[in-house]
Amino acid sequence: MSTPDAKRTPLHEVHAELGAMITEFAGYLMPLRYGSETAEHQAVRASAGLFDLSHMGEIFVTGPQAGAALDHALIGHLSVLPVGRARYTMIVNPAGGVLDDLIVYRLASETYMVVANAANAATVRAELTERSEEFEKATVDDRSAAYALIAVQGPKAQAILAKLTDAPLADLKYYAILPGKVAGLDALIARTGYTGEDGFELFVGAGDAVALWQAVTEAGGDDLRPAGLSARDTLRLEAGMPLYGNELTAETTPYDAGLGRTVKLDKPGDFVGRAALAALADTPPGRALVGLVARGRRVPRHGYDVVTPDGTPCGVVTSGAPSPTLGRPIAMAYIDAGHAEDTDLAVDIRGKHEPVDKVALPFYRRTS
Amino acid sequence: MSTVPETLYYTQEHEWVTEPSDGVVSIGITAYAADALGDIVYVSLPQEGASVEAGEPCGEAESTKSVSDVYSPVTGEVVAVNTAVEEDPAVINSDPYGEGWLFRVRTDDDPADLLDAPAYSKLIEEA
Repeated sequence: MSTPDAKRTPLHEVHAELGAMITEFAGYLMPLRYGSETAEHQAVRASAGLFDLSHMGEIFVTGPQAGAALDHALIGHLSVLPVGRARYTMIVNPAGGVLDDLIVYRLASETYMVVANAANAATVRAELTERSEEFEKATVDDRSAAYALIAVQGPKAQAILAKLTDAPLADLKYYAILPGKVAGLDALIARTGYTGEDGFELFVGAGDAVALWQAVTEAGGDDLRPAGLSARDTLRLEAGMPLYGNELTAETTPYDAGLGRTVKLDKPGDFVGRAALAALADTPPGRALVGLVARGRRVPRHGYDVVTPDGTPCGVVTSGAPSPTLGRPIAMAYIDAGHAEDTDLAVDIRGKHEPVDKVALPFYRRTS
Repeated sequence: MSTVPETLYYTQEHEWVTEPSDGVVSIGITAYAADALGDIVYVSLPQEGASVEAGEPCGEAESTKSVSDVYSPVTGEVVAVNTAVEEDPAVINSDPYGEGWLFRVRTDDDPADLLDAPAYSKLIEEA
């Protein structure tokens, strides 16, 4: 059920026409699935899927000091990011707790686009604005409402988009972005995604969203199907990618999540959270994010306890779902450091302890 | 819009029940419930011979996004379980009123005391 002021993306009517089941997510009415979410998931793994991600926030940081401002505001080293490239990074609070995970694209020497999770976009905008105050030649501008974001993900994504653009897609590297025309519409074409497959994310003006969606749908034909948030969640889970609110929270540091590589302690200057994170850098975290595969068919879900053979809680499940690719339930969980090497674990699924196997993340890695 | 067969009876928990035949009713979940759950990947059902009680959970259905209890709409003894849906729960999504039936119960209850098709249609329209 939705609240009365839930926002609609520019593609809302398209989803309705496609018969999508709509859910409220982060204040937006979003397609949960159009038909079978398992079929949508499998289409992305085998062929291609089309996603409306217009709820995501696009916050621009511009000006001669844009890079310096982001170096101060975020844990990454963005001033050295080459133009046309992207970085996965985070914004943390002074204690090192994650406020959001982000992809930052450098569109031009003095233009960065920070893509934030919808639920955190207002926080990210406010923090970036406040943290940029000391940088007079940097401006923060939230352009989320002006942009729609459409993702084409899957092994056939490049072939499908190639029908609609002259942009050199084959030369576009993973985590790179370039401006171009797609179906005659001005777009930012990024080779990024959240599915574990090759694919593209297309940032276009909100007014062009419907035309782009329809053009991609036509170009994709039977090789492409629209996919909703349900498939997006199982795809990212199989790929071992964290979801803010599940694996990442303000009480989680990047080290807890196994993402210490994103903390650039050696970049010049101070940044918000630096002191706290530096103190943690050489200390083993108190918990570890692990992958679990259930031996049975019941699904470990968010919030369920992980337990030792004698039933003592030793961790908690952050995300869990039936995995279409593995054919078994999978989960990510934080395990207390003292039990991180345990092999005999179970998850308390509504009162019954169901055995699970601990596995290395990701659960799924594409072969090409 | 989900179909609601005229010949069945329904519960608030979105189960359907047939008219008794020799004191035995068939039970399943409605198309509305199956649609709401999404792809059902696992279902656990009561054992043959088990006693079930009207309104009490006797199994569960897992889908991608959630897990739901399966309730028995009537009190009685389970006389048959659909092992085919335990093997392939997707049948519940594709044919909820037919091949996707869940279990059969010998009961003295009268399913006519439950919701009829118009009443259930109203329930799901207002949901």
